[in-house]
Amino acid sequence: MSKQQYDTDVAVIGGGVTGCAVARELSRYDLKICLLERTEDVCSGTSKANSAIIHAGYDAAAGSLMAKMNVEGNRLMDRLAADLDIPFRRNGSLVLCFSEEDMPGLQALYVRGVTNGVPGLRVLSGDEARQMEPNLTDEVVAALYAPTGGIVCPFNMTIALAENACENGVEFRFLTEVTEIRRSGEGYELTVREAEPSGAGAVRTISARFVVNAAGVYADRFHNMVSRRRISITPRRGTYCLLDQEAGRHVDKTIFQLPGKYGKGILVTPTVHGNLLIGPTAADIGDKEGTCTTAEELAEVTAKSARGVKNIPYRQVITSFAGLRAHEAGHEFILGEPEDAPGFFDAAGIESPGLSSAPAIGVYLAEMIARKSGAPAKEHFIATRKGIPHVAAMDREARAALIAERPDYGTIVCRCENVSEGEIVDSIRRPLGARSLDGIKRRVRQGMGRCQAGFCTPRTMEILSRETGIPMEKICKNQPGSEMITGEA
Amino acid sequence: MQYHDIVIVGGGPAGLAAAIAARKTGISDILILERDNVLGGILNQCIHNGFGLHTFKEELTGPEYAARYIAQVEEEKIPYRLSTIVADITHDRQVTYINREEGLVTIQAGAVILAMGCRERPRGALNTPGYRPAGIYSAGTAQRLMNIEGYLVGREAVILGSGDIGLIMARRMTLEGAKVKVVAEIMPYSGGLKRNIVQCLDDYGIPLKLSHTVVDIHGKDRLTGVTIAEVDENKNPIPGTEEYYSCDTLLLSVGLIPENELSKGAGISLNRVTSGPNVNDRLETEAEGIYACGNVLHVHDLVDFVSQEAALAGENAAEYVKRKAALAGERNAAETAPAEKNAAAAAESEEDERPGYAEPDRHTIPLVAADGVRYTVPQFLETSGMRDTVTVRFRVADVYKDRYISVYYDDQLISRKKKKVLAPGEMEQVVLTKKSLAGYPHMKRITIRTEVE
Repeated sequence: MSKQQYDTDVAVIGGGVTGCAVARELSRYDLKICLLERTEDVCSGTSKANSAIIHAGYDAAAGSLMAKMNVEGNRLMDRLAADLDIPFRRNGSLVLCFSEEDMPGLQALYVRGVTNGVPGLRVLSGDEARQMEPNLTDEVVAALYAPTGGIVCPFNMTIALAENACENGVEFRFLTEVTEIRRSGEGYELTVREAEPSGAGAVRTISARFVVNAAGVYADRFHNMVSRRRISITPRRGTYCLLDQEAGRHVDKTIFQLPGKYGKGILVTPTVHGNLLIGPTAADIGDKEGTCTTAEELAEVTAKSARGVKNIPYRQVITSFAGLRAHEAGHEFILGEPEDAPGFFDAAGIESPGLSSAPAIGVYLAEMIARKSGAPAKEHFIATRKGIPHVAAMDREARAALIAERPDYGTIVCRCENVSEGEIVDSIRRPLGARSLDGIKRRVRQGMGRCQAGFCTPRTMEILSRETGIPMEKICKNQPGSEMITGEA
Repeated sequence: MQYHDIVIVGGGPAGLAAAIAARKTGISDILILERDNVLGGILNQCIHNGFGLHTFKEELTGPEYAARYIAQVEEEKIPYRLSTIVADITHDRQVTYINREEGLVTIQAGAVILAMGCRERPRGALNTPGYRPAGIYSAGTAQRLMNIEGYLVGREAVILGSGDIGLIMARRMTLEGAKVKVVAEIMPYSGGLKRNIVQCLDDYGIPLKLSHTVVDIHGKDRLTGVTIAEVDENKNPIPGTEEYYSCDTLLLSVGLIPENELSKGAGISLNRVTSGPNVNDRLETEAEGIYACGNVLHVHDLVDFVSQEAALAGENAAEYVKRKAALAGERNAAETAPAEKNAAAAAESEEDERPGYAEPDRHTIPLVAADGVRYTVPQFLETSGMRDTVTVRFRVADVYKDRYISVYYDDQLISRKKKKVLAPGEMEQVVLTKKSLAGYPHMKRITIRTEVE
């Protein structure tokens, strides 16, 4: 029997943080890898709209994959952030307890954390917690402190993993939607629709020895195409408000609320870029595209966040958004091959703590696939990647030197976030460069500030058009269909 | 470090008028720093007419109005840098800017004039629920795309907010062939000028729905429609009043915010109502030698008033620089003088270290806005250095009919003027004279209020 020929060894479905982490870890091995992404860019779904937190790992049930991946993922973050130049800070986290009767719950969380292997956990009195975070309310009677909790830029984490994977040979296909998966010999055949910017999509097939299903809220759909052991993923919507950087020092640690008689709480956290983020709500919805905010959920964010943290300056909200967590009924990560679908590797049900777990999930699945394929490790894996310089954060000499070398680093386009033309140009010219305004925003924070792209939109559109040759009329906010203008005046 | 007598941050209408006035007051060493690649600021995209009725007694377009000031700047050979962003201003007037030619440059300024203008309030600040598709623009961004870049932002539009830019854009989009379906305003009155409502909406049959707001935004990629609802007196949507409008564009004209990040960086406190610096009658901020004018100080309705205010800031900054130079001259002379005089000079120098306007016999009188007057600019009067007249500008909190605008020195009514209509969209002013203050050497406050009787 002759060896079956495949278009690719591994097809990864989904360019979120999980898919990119798996692709990056797989690229350590001598494998042909192709990542298929429905939209125009990586980090376009769940990975772009979440709490931007690296959880310590006390939440998940002891012995669960969730607990294991979370704690391991957290541990891997220092190295990963250093290697791939990802904005990351271990700011620590607090879980607030509001009543004596909830104390057993806080104790249980502590014990679970210790069991899960979370280092440095401490239960603090209300006063100790307030000493640590002066803006906590007097309602706080105790708190669980986890020094290993962290905050990260989820965009740059995903993009860094993707760029590094790309540099190590992973092929990224954007605007490529998988519509069907069939068993074919020992491997799989995937039918894909390639969306053209014009809307006329070409249908092709791709054969792969292995498939990684990292399709977020759609992972159940692909899983159920190949396995009779059906899974069901419910999009669980979380609504957030983002506040101006002026409010970014309101708290230093990530402040959670202990789930109690008032339901699951709302977190208040600084972001790694110095904004304040509050949210999320949790609403199970039917629509896998239902990323709208609602008045009720926005009101809930405000009302509940005030319980643990006082004087939050809600007037300084600069934007609100909603993301969908891929909630699987069993509330556990589904990682690996279903019994009846060998060679098909799920990374399904990746809800919180999915971002924190991504580095570990990447390693876990890549090792599994490498073992099964027998592929050897590459001799020349490139383990590091350098991000786009954030010019405004540099010291004066370094910044001046850079502008002397590349004058476009001296032209500020986004005045709120101090993003230069050079950084925007970099975001477009890099491997897997931005092709949309949102893509630029996620890479260099243009338009992320308090004016929300009011001033810099026209200029950024021009730069994107100039650098890519995309005509102005075709410049999109994100995927085709989101064109910014409708013609010439 | 480079030194310039006056550094002006912003080359829009305020910065230009300030520069020209400072030059005419006798200061030659002036530098204007402008972030855009042309002078003129937002006027360049305001291609409609209606500018300059007060200043030039004729109706000009925005670019024409700007051109007259730019011509004077060129004529006076006042230096300026374009595509230059000011990164930082310190309390003691060190200004750091960045551009591609020079990199980072720090200047010691004799005086600084803040003229950075304002920005538009974005959708995010409203917390409007719904999706976040393409096709939602602040009105000014759409105006720039249409009038400067030459692109149509959409074909069917709804406008939220009846600020002047929104009204102007309703007409502009209509003229470009787009259908503007409605302008929704959450307040029971428009925030724009009456003449704009007539000339931009009424003349084109565009409905203005007062006490209405957008409660939902539809469409995941490009906007497909919005839901508008009526609001109650607390601005909460009234269930059952929702109406769906299909549209591909939503323009927001929901307020302007003075851009004072640099002012804050210089340690200058901002007024809660204006979001601009607190200033004295010379338009000097809390930081000595740093002046503010135009929309960075408070949002104006007419550019003519911006020009007037900025000219005053320019003159005052120039006088400040001259006085400092004179003082330095005296001090140099004093160095060779007897010890007694030296002590006096030292005392004077200490005086100089105080924040604010440095005069030994200063008397600071706060201006208080009350009873329907939302704020005043200036916020303080300093009688010692006061000019013969001081124009106090303000806005009212609501639409009022047949009310008086009254000025009180402490509890004493000084003047009252009847107004048929007062509206938040229009800036009001009263003029205080130095003469009238003479009889009140120990005044605690000046109050400006509206009164029914």
